[in-house]
Amino acid sequence: MRPGPLTLWPDVAPQWILNLPDWLENIFFKFYKSFIFDDRYTMYLEGLRNTLLLTILALLMGIVLGVVVALVRATWDKNGSEMQGISKFVLKLSNTVCNIYLTVIRGTPVIVQLMIWYFVIFAKSRNKVMVAAFAFGINSGAYVAEIIRSGIMAVDPGQNEAGRSLGFGYIDTMRFIVLPQAFKAVLPALANEFIVLLKETSVAGYVGLMDLGYAGNTVGGNAMEYLLPLLLTAVIYLILVMFFTHLVKKLERRLRNSER
Amino acid sequence: MSDNTIIRASGVCKHFAGGEIKALDGVSADIAKGEVVVIIGPSGSGKSTFLRCLNLLEVPTDGVILFNGHDITDKHTNINIHRQKMGMVFQHFNLFPHKTILDNMTLAPIHLLKKSKKEAEAHALALLERVGLADRANAYPSQLSGGQKQRVAIVRALAMEPEVMLFDEPTSALDPEMVGEVLEVMKELAAEGMTMVVVTHEMGFAKEVASRVVFMDEGKILEENTPAELFGNPQHPRLKDFLSKVL
Repeated sequence: MRPGPLTLWPDVAPQWILNLPDWLENIFFKFYKSFIFDDRYTMYLEGLRNTLLLTILALLMGIVLGVVVALVRATWDKNGSEMQGISKFVLKLSNTVCNIYLTVIRGTPVIVQLMIWYFVIFAKSRNKVMVAAFAFGINSGAYVAEIIRSGIMAVDPGQNEAGRSLGFGYIDTMRFIVLPQAFKAVLPALANEFIVLLKETSVAGYVGLMDLGYAGNTVGGNAMEYLLPLLLTAVIYLILVMFFTHLVKKLERRLRNSER
Repeated sequence: MSDNTIIRASGVCKHFAGGEIKALDGVSADIAKGEVVVIIGPSGSGKSTFLRCLNLLEVPTDGVILFNGHDITDKHTNINIHRQKMGMVFQHFNLFPHKTILDNMTLAPIHLLKKSKKEAEAHALALLERVGLADRANAYPSQLSGGQKQRVAIVRALAMEPEVMLFDEPTSALDPEMVGEVLEVMKELAAEGMTMVVVTHEMGFAKEVASRVVFMDEGKILEENTPAELFGNPQHPRLKDFLSKVL
């Protein structure tokens, strides 16, 4: 059997720590157990890497999916009643599919969705990060779609008319004129969704993916010492969120400057 | 159809709520090249709706609109091509707030007329020069006054080199002080021979610039004539009543 941390402690700890009063020495021992023994710090690093990877992949997928769904829904809401023939049928069908997607995804917990993707649909895949990124991307897309749709609906209809009167088609008007304004208007809400997503990926531990939250949990279990591992985990999440909030604020300020 | 008719509207109807509300009730009008047609009438008379039907921002329920001989009300017509030749100016300017004045003006010429950026910008600057706003080229719309915004909106439409310009109450959202500067630009445009259809409450502009004035009420054209005749010798009782209130 490998020696445990308690056995090794007298050898690895410097003499001045061993000379400290018991309660103080105990804090150093807990630190040793939580981060140094068995190279446990590498688990947090791996967890951090997976959390970031998961969040970025899911974010990208969520935005692409969200814009497409938002466009379908907004187009149907605005123009559906005036359309005719095959294009009306296609749009109506797409709108129905989008509505089902939104209802199912927003109506079920992300943990359940993740487990269905991992244990049922992609049961053969062992690539946990890709499957989880897919699951979170599909999930996030539903929320992003509604955020972007609200932005599209909030843009003055006169903007659309001005674009169309210059000769732009519906898609180009969306691309050059409506979407940039909609995106700007909903940037704070999108940033919030991103932050929620970052924290939500911590349920990836349910399928055994070593994300940051699972790393904290695992080290805590191995060390039989939860305080420091979970504290560190929480601090890392907090720093990440504060960092991204800062970035978004900067971006917002830059976008707003263009109008002053 | 004579050679210099540019827009011919015949029997244009726009019904809402399944025919309960008749915003337009069979409006026919010919607009010839170089003509300045001013449409007047009380609020809710359908004059803006009619104007918006001319470039199909409002799709008529019934009737035909020919633009340069093409039936643009036909479902199979690519309206985007024809709209490039019909500039429109709105009551609320509708400049693109996220783009500079120059970008507002070059967006369509670059993407639709496939002009180079350089060429489009040179043309835009020349147009801005004409309306005295060349120094604001890199400003954003929110930095401009109402009158300046509307002048930019006019030259943004002109940047597409349209054959006809549609004005939908271009001075109604302006401070009284700023009405003059916009009307001045429109007068110059008329003097240069631009074909214009103008919905307005500015009777002075109608008298001075219009080649023809059209009076609408309740979705119909009730009277049309030269400004001198229409204002000096109105025939229809509804027009007499209207003029007694606005003049």
